[in-house]
Amino acid sequence: MSVLLFTIIVLLGAFLAGLLGSLTGLGGGVIIIPLLTLALGVDIHYAIGASIVSVIATSSGSAAAYVKEGITNIRIGMFLEIATTVGAVCGAIVAVYLNANYIAIIFGCILIFSAIMTLKKKVDHSTLDESDKWAKFFKLNGSYPDKGIEHKYAVKHVPGGFLMMLFAGTLSGLLGIGSGALKVIAMDNIMRLPFKVSTTTSNFMMGVTAAASAVVYLHRGQIDPGIAMPVCIGVLTGASLGSKVLLKTKTDKLKIVFAIVVTFLALQMIYKGISGL
Amino acid sequence: MSSTEKRNLNDKDIQVILGTLLRAGVIISMSIVLIGGAIFLVHNQGGITDYKVFKPELSNFSSIAAIFKGVLTFQGDAIIQFGILMLIFTPIARIVFAVFSFLIERDYLYVLIGFIILAIITISLNGGLAH
Repeated sequence: MSVLLFTIIVLLGAFLAGLLGSLTGLGGGVIIIPLLTLALGVDIHYAIGASIVSVIATSSGSAAAYVKEGITNIRIGMFLEIATTVGAVCGAIVAVYLNANYIAIIFGCILIFSAIMTLKKKVDHSTLDESDKWAKFFKLNGSYPDKGIEHKYAVKHVPGGFLMMLFAGTLSGLLGIGSGALKVIAMDNIMRLPFKVSTTTSNFMMGVTAAASAVVYLHRGQIDPGIAMPVCIGVLTGASLGSKVLLKTKTDKLKIVFAIVVTFLALQMIYKGISGL
Repeated sequence: MSSTEKRNLNDKDIQVILGTLLRAGVIISMSIVLIGGAIFLVHNQGGITDYKVFKPELSNFSSIAAIFKGVLTFQGDAIIQFGILMLIFTPIARIVFAVFSFLIERDYLYVLIGFIILAIITISLNGGLAH
């Protein structure tokens, strides 16, 4: 395939991935990787390197909007970034030595899990119980503004959340994705944060986590300018458009259709991985 | 009460600056990627892509020194890679800024946490772990 044609196809695909990723809450990275590997036959190592760059771009771009609203809890974000960056560097190093087929199989499993997570109804577990001594020590309890009222919240089970973040970071570094689904489990279900705080804080952390693994990928030659350029431009513009549309439309039906498509892609990746072993 | 209010205001200011920093980083680095991409396409549009197998040894711009050398000779792919490098440094710059703001707030625990994150990234940046 000629460089020009390849660039145009990837640009369009990445734009769609960014758009759908932001509309469904799945993220652009988990869609662009199957597209590159299954449809264009790109080695998964290159696909991961390009995807991680797009994760940095979209998370930093949208974090800017959230941070200004004052919902992000920077202390929680930075505290958990210790876990996610350590995990990300470890994951990125493992990815270098891991056979592409194994990566494809793990990726497929995480993709199915993420698709299920977007369909599950979210339950607000937030609490005012400030008894967790770790939360007190690290000053993690806080409040966020909503329609002019300050809502207080307390953080629970800090060590458990920290461990889950270590795992989320490792998968992020291994697969080149933001692993938002796992971060939501750590923050909503384990640490009991309110949605508004957990989604924005997790997004805020994604940039640093992805940067930590991107540095390792860059050194290993996994970030190829010819692929990374159309991927990050496409995903970023798609995601920006998606976040604007998101405010005006209901996405329930889209989520179901999309979860089915993604599950199909995931099964194909797993099948391809297993048959290549 | 007044001291906590003042602190919240401080936090808010810091968050606004942080947000602006992130957005500016993304816009600048993506513009560089776009310019590099245009130059790259003009020179290589007829070339044939080959990404079927991962060949790390073929990568020309996998170190910061190589990227700078390539930018000086105006190579499109090096300019793309330079933009990506700036993009990678955007969230890292955010941590550096956060360390300073926690220093002003005299929250030394979070200054330390910021340094730990920067240390982890620096270790991986030196490539000591990657090879």
